[in-house]
Amino acid sequence: MATKGERILEVRDLVKHFPLTQGILFKKQIGAIKAVDGVSFDLNRGETLGIVGESGCGKSTLAKVLMALERPTSGSVTINGRDIAKAKGPELKRMRRNIQMVMQDPYTSLNPRMTVGDIIGEPFDIHTEVAPKGDRRRKVQELLEVVGLNPDHINRYPHQFSGGQRQRIGIARGLALQPEIIVCDEPVSALDVSIQAQVINLLERLQNEFDLAYIFIAHDLSVVRHISDRVAVMYLGKVVELGKDTEIYDKPAHPYTQALLSAVPVPDPEGREQRERIILQGDPPSPANPPSGCRFRTRCWKAQEICAEEEPLLQIRQGTAHESACHFAETHDVVHVG
Amino acid sequence: MRKASTDVLPAEGGLGDEPLLAVENLHVEFATRAGVVRAVNGVSYSLGPGETLAVLGESGSGKSVTAQAIMGILDMPPARIPKGEIRFRGTDLLKLSDEARTQVRGQRIAMVFQDALSSLNPVFTVGWQISEMFRVHRGMSKRDAYNKAVELMDKVRIPAARQRVNDYPHQFSGGMRQRIMIAMSIALDPEVLIADEPTTALDVTVQAQIMELLAELQRESNMGMILITHDLGVVADVADKIAVMYGGRIVENASVHDIYKTPAHPYTKGLLESIPRVDLKGQELYAIKGLPPNLLDMPTGCAFHPRCPYRQDNCVTDNPPLYEISGTRSSACHYWREVLDGDQG
Repeated sequence: MATKGERILEVRDLVKHFPLTQGILFKKQIGAIKAVDGVSFDLNRGETLGIVGESGCGKSTLAKVLMALERPTSGSVTINGRDIAKAKGPELKRMRRNIQMVMQDPYTSLNPRMTVGDIIGEPFDIHTEVAPKGDRRRKVQELLEVVGLNPDHINRYPHQFSGGQRQRIGIARGLALQPEIIVCDEPVSALDVSIQAQVINLLERLQNEFDLAYIFIAHDLSVVRHISDRVAVMYLGKVVELGKDTEIYDKPAHPYTQALLSAVPVPDPEGREQRERIILQGDPPSPANPPSGCRFRTRCWKAQEICAEEEPLLQIRQGTAHESACHFAETHDVVHVG
Repeated sequence: MRKASTDVLPAEGGLGDEPLLAVENLHVEFATRAGVVRAVNGVSYSLGPGETLAVLGESGSGKSVTAQAIMGILDMPPARIPKGEIRFRGTDLLKLSDEARTQVRGQRIAMVFQDALSSLNPVFTVGWQISEMFRVHRGMSKRDAYNKAVELMDKVRIPAARQRVNDYPHQFSGGMRQRIMIAMSIALDPEVLIADEPTTALDVTVQAQIMELLAELQRESNMGMILITHDLGVVADVADKIAVMYGGRIVENASVHDIYKTPAHPYTKGLLESIPRVDLKGQELYAIKGLPPNLLDMPTGCAFHPRCPYRQDNCVTDNPPLYEISGTRSSACHYWREVLDGDQG
């Protein structure tokens, strides 16, 4: 698998609140959507960090803040020792070269009026130092070849490609500036099952070839498990559990992780009647007004008084080898595989 | 109000030998500017009461079009059904008049759609939309119908149903909206429920809630359920039998246990092998090479042959029939024996 290298990304106490305002002329802030609320993690060279969680847990906002597309409310995102959240102007531009993104929907993230060559070559217009003008066409063709597309198709338009091929174009665009980090936001969820495996294999091959670090955001837990070295589980703007893939999947300690894992349908009908299922009641609460103390307590079967009063910190708990944010953390293998 | 019809409506009561719903050699084609698209080419399946049939396939495999043909909600034209039968309790639905069809649709055969937000009308309250079923089909008064709506919302476990009955769809979460869709579909106690990707747009924990709700409703009323999906995990959890579709055809029919243990068609086998598994972490995933077929330009012979590791010369020329393997299993592959034995691929 990926070679472990030095730390290239450090996220500390990252907070992103979106203000809720009232009034037209005199806008008054009446609250905030706490999309990301105190997230910390590291990423090493050549490593994949999977981020899982349900819609609304803040994983896509996190991706945007990492990319410096949104400014964090507080906290820091340090890439190679420099804080991208505070960078401005030419420095920000330089830093952005190093962190690129692959979007979820290959149908809407490619401009239908641009040729593939223009789409993949556009990063070179902004960062002209990477490829001098005369060299671009060749560079784009190289990239097409790297992601398994025919270099002769450089003048085609996105609609002439299938979904899987379009996602390859998106990946080629992400690779164009030779970044060290790629944020993949649900890169395979819009693809057909038989195509997903092709794209996952491509991402793994590129990682080995270029020593890339991935932030892999997805809701498909089996895909995340396959590709990730470490996994962070998010709930309502916070990381509730963080550990190696085997720790999260075989020894989950946080009740939410256990519920999430038990809810994933297993593609094997054997013993389906006996399988343990934790069915959570209700929906996640609104991030505008999260519960006091532990945010999961309203749906948790272990909740006690302390959970409403004191917020559990993400730390290594007794009896577990990895970090979890639960007062009553206890490992429990819900999936029983491997 | 009900209109008198000269047609014979599907009988009620006992079934005899006839399955509850039987699709027989169904063909559906669409006239498009680029030519005729044959979306469904000779699909047959059957469903008994209380049974769950999973129809598995990728986009463009014809799984949803088949369901829409059963419901009678295809736009015709451009769609056309040149051949085939859809027998519900022995009566061919395709031969019924429009009025008689309306009596069946929604009342005897109902459907849950994938995207609850776009399937519900945003300008009416959910109570109005659910009670519409009773007002239109049962001729109930507004008040009675409203009470029935509250009852149904309770049944699909929407908390505080009486307070929420006058809310609009946008005021509900995705999972709750899907519950409202389910409430509407089961309002008139249908005998067959078609669920078209009912949980694809939902999170896994909510998906688990919805699948459990559907299973429970099915147990209570003994409906037959057709579950259309591309998710091999969901299928393994709830299905009794499976029909795998590819390029507008059924390529494999089997019981749920057989298909996961010993797939008999290379496409099914490829799909199962491409699921990330724990013991194969770090290794390359098996990937079916190539792309799903273009329905305007189907490959000759077997539609899967350009992607198939078992391909021989005759696959390019002869379209394989659905070979019967045993009473409950069939596979549309000339080399199903080799696939079963796992000789190659």
